[in-house]
Amino acid sequence: MNELGSISPELLVASVMVASTPILLAGLGELVVEKAGVLNLGVEGLMIIGAVCGFAMSVITGSVLAGVLAALVGGALLGLVFAVLTQYLLSNQVATGLATTLFGLGLASLIGKPFIGVRPPEMPRLRVEFLSDLPFIGHVLFSHDPVLYLSLGMTLLIWYFLRHTKKGLILRAVGENHDAAHSIGYKVRQTRILAIMFGGAMAGLGGCYLSLVRVPQWTEGMTAGAGWIALALVVFSSWRPLRVLLGAWLFGGVTVLQLNLQAAGVGIGVAYLSVAPYVVTIIVLVLISANRSQRLLNAPACLGRSYYISS
Amino acid sequence: MLRLEPRAQPSTLMQATAPLLAIVATIIGGGILFLILGKNPFESIRIIFWDPLFNEALVSYTRPQLLVKAAPLVMIALGLSFGFRAGIWNIGAEGQFVMGALAGSAVGLALHPMQGIWILPLMLVSGIAGGFVWAMIPALLRVYFRTNEILVSLMLVYVSYKILTAMVTGPLRSPIGYNFPESRSFHDNPSMHNSELIAGTGIHWGIVITGLLVILCYYVMRRHLFGYHVNLMGQSNKVARFAGVRINLVIVVCLGITGALAGLAGILEASGPAGKLSPHFPVGYGFTAIIVAFLGRLHPIGIVLAGLLMALTYIGGELAQFMLDAPAAAIQVFQGMLLFFLVAADVLVNYRVRIGTPGRPTSGAREVTAGSSS
Repeated sequence: MNELGSISPELLVASVMVASTPILLAGLGELVVEKAGVLNLGVEGLMIIGAVCGFAMSVITGSVLAGVLAALVGGALLGLVFAVLTQYLLSNQVATGLATTLFGLGLASLIGKPFIGVRPPEMPRLRVEFLSDLPFIGHVLFSHDPVLYLSLGMTLLIWYFLRHTKKGLILRAVGENHDAAHSIGYKVRQTRILAIMFGGAMAGLGGCYLSLVRVPQWTEGMTAGAGWIALALVVFSSWRPLRVLLGAWLFGGVTVLQLNLQAAGVGIGVAYLSVAPYVVTIIVLVLISANRSQRLLNAPACLGRSYYISS
Repeated sequence: MLRLEPRAQPSTLMQATAPLLAIVATIIGGGILFLILGKNPFESIRIIFWDPLFNEALVSYTRPQLLVKAAPLVMIALGLSFGFRAGIWNIGAEGQFVMGALAGSAVGLALHPMQGIWILPLMLVSGIAGGFVWAMIPALLRVYFRTNEILVSLMLVYVSYKILTAMVTGPLRSPIGYNFPESRSFHDNPSMHNSELIAGTGIHWGIVITGLLVILCYYVMRRHLFGYHVNLMGQSNKVARFAGVRINLVIVVCLGITGALAGLAGILEASGPAGKLSPHFPVGYGFTAIIVAFLGRLHPIGIVLAGLLMALTYIGGELAQFMLDAPAAAIQVFQGMLLFFLVAADVLVNYRVRIGTPGRPTSGAREVTAGSSS
C-alpha cells in the first residue's frame, strides 16, 4: 500500500469534486424534470451534445464562456425536441428518451469529427490571494473553476426553488397529480416543457464540463454512460437535491479512486478496476430500491405519464 | 388550429402507416442533413437506399451483406419485442450480445486445435447461455429488489465492453497475433467457423436460425398463452395480476429470451462475419435493434422488414462513406432521426388530428401511461 501513500489527500479531494461535477449537473437537471412528472432517458444524449457544442464553440471562438453558452443552448434545444414529442405529440417517454440518446450520440460524433485531437482553451480557475495558498483548504475550496462553484450553487438553488417557492410548488404539483394541477388552472404542459429544457441545459453544461475541464479533449462517445449514471443518481437521491450532491461525490470518489489505483499499479487488471463506477451504480440502485417504502414516498406520482388536455 | 382528438380504438390503418410516414420523413430529413454537409442530397439518398439493392456493379456484394447485417438485428429485436410488449425495458441487449460472443468464443478457443461437427453448436449454446446469464442480472434484481431494469441493463453494457477488452488483451489474446488486442481468427479452424452455407449469398447459420425464430416468435406471440400474458401485462399490470398472470415469471422469461437471443446473435456474428473478437467487435447492433423492434411494431414480420431496412442504411452508409466521403456518423444520425419520427408518427395511432375548436366537449382529460402505447 506504499503507492497509495504517495497520493496527496488534498489533490484527491479536489479531483473527486471535479469528477463529480458533470453527473451532479446532469443529475440536478433530471431531478427537476422528474419532479415535473417527466422521465427523460435522453440524458446521455443531452450530455454528449453539450460536450461537443461546448468544445467546438470554445475552440472556434477561443472563448470558454462562448463554449459554455453553446453547451447550454445545445442541451436545451435537444431537450426541446424531446419536450415537443412527449408533450404535444404525447409520444412514449421511454422510447423518445432512447431516441434522444441515440440521435444525440450520432449528431455529436458528426459535429465533433473535425475536433478530434484538438486542445480546447483552458477554463480559468479561481485564485484568491492568501486563501488559495492555504494548506489543504486552499486547494479543496478556493482553487476551482467557475462551473464547479456554479454546480454547488445550483444544488442549493434547486433545493430552495422546489422547497420554498411558489413556482417550485406548482412544478411539484404538476408532477404529483397533473389532473388536479390542471383543474386549478396550472399550465401542465408549459411547466413540463420548461422543466425539460432546463434539464437539457443542465445536462449540456455537465457534458461540456467533461470535454473542457475533466478530460479535456473531444473523443467519440466520451460521456461513456455518465448520463445514465446521472439518471441513477436521481433514483439514489430519492428525488432530493442535496442527496444528489452526496451521490455525485460518492460516484466521483469511486471514479477517482479507481483511476488512482490504476496509476499506482495495484495488482488488479485495469479493466477490472474501470468497471467500478458501473458496478457501484448497480449496487447502490439495488440498495435503494430494496428499501421500498422510502422509494414510493418520494417518487413523483405522475412520473412517466403523458398528459392529454382535451381543450 | 390543429388539435388532437383521442380515438375510441387505436387505428390499425395508422399502425401500419406510421412507420412508412416516419421513413419518408427520415429520407427528407436525411436529404437535408446531406445538403448541410455539402453533398448532393438526391445522389446521397440514391446511394444509400437504391444502389445497394439495384446497382448492377454493387449487388453481388451488397445483397448478401443485407442479409448478413439484418440477421443479428432481427434476432435481437425479436427478443426485445417480448419485453417491450410487456413494458419491460431491457435496453442492454448490446451487453448481452457481447457476453454471448465472449462465452461462445471462449469455449471455441479453449477447444481450438480440435475438430468436430459438434464444436460450433456447442459454441452457440454457450453464447446463448452467456447472453442469458447476463440478462438474468437485471431480471433477478428487478424481481427481488424492484431495481430499475433500464439502468441496470445499461450499466452492464459498459461492464461488458470492459470485460471484452480485458479478455482480448488477456486470456483470449491470439498467441500468433503479435500482441494485438484480438483473439485468434475463427476462420483458422473450420469447426469453429460459422461459414457461408451457399457461396456468394452471404447466408450463414445465423440467417437460417433467424428465419426459424421469426416463425417461432410469431407462434408464441399470437397463439401461445405466454404471448397472451405478455400482451396483457403491457396493457395493464393490474389486470394481468387479477387474471392470474405470474408477473415476476413473465419479467424473468422476457429478459431471458432477449438475453438468449442477443447472446446467440453475438456468437454467430463473432464466429461468422466478424471472424474474431477485438475491442472493435461491438458496433452497436444491440442499440440499433431497439429501433428495429419499434419500427417493426414489435411484430415478427414487421421486425424482419425493419431489420432489412436498417441493414440497408448500414450498407448504404458505408457506400456513402466510400463514394461521397460522407462521415460515418451521418448514418447514426439518420437512424436516430428515424426513431424520432417514428415516435412522433405514433400519435396518429391513438389520436385523430382535427382542425378548429372541438364540436362537443369531451369528458375531462385523458392520460396515457408510458409503456402502454406503441
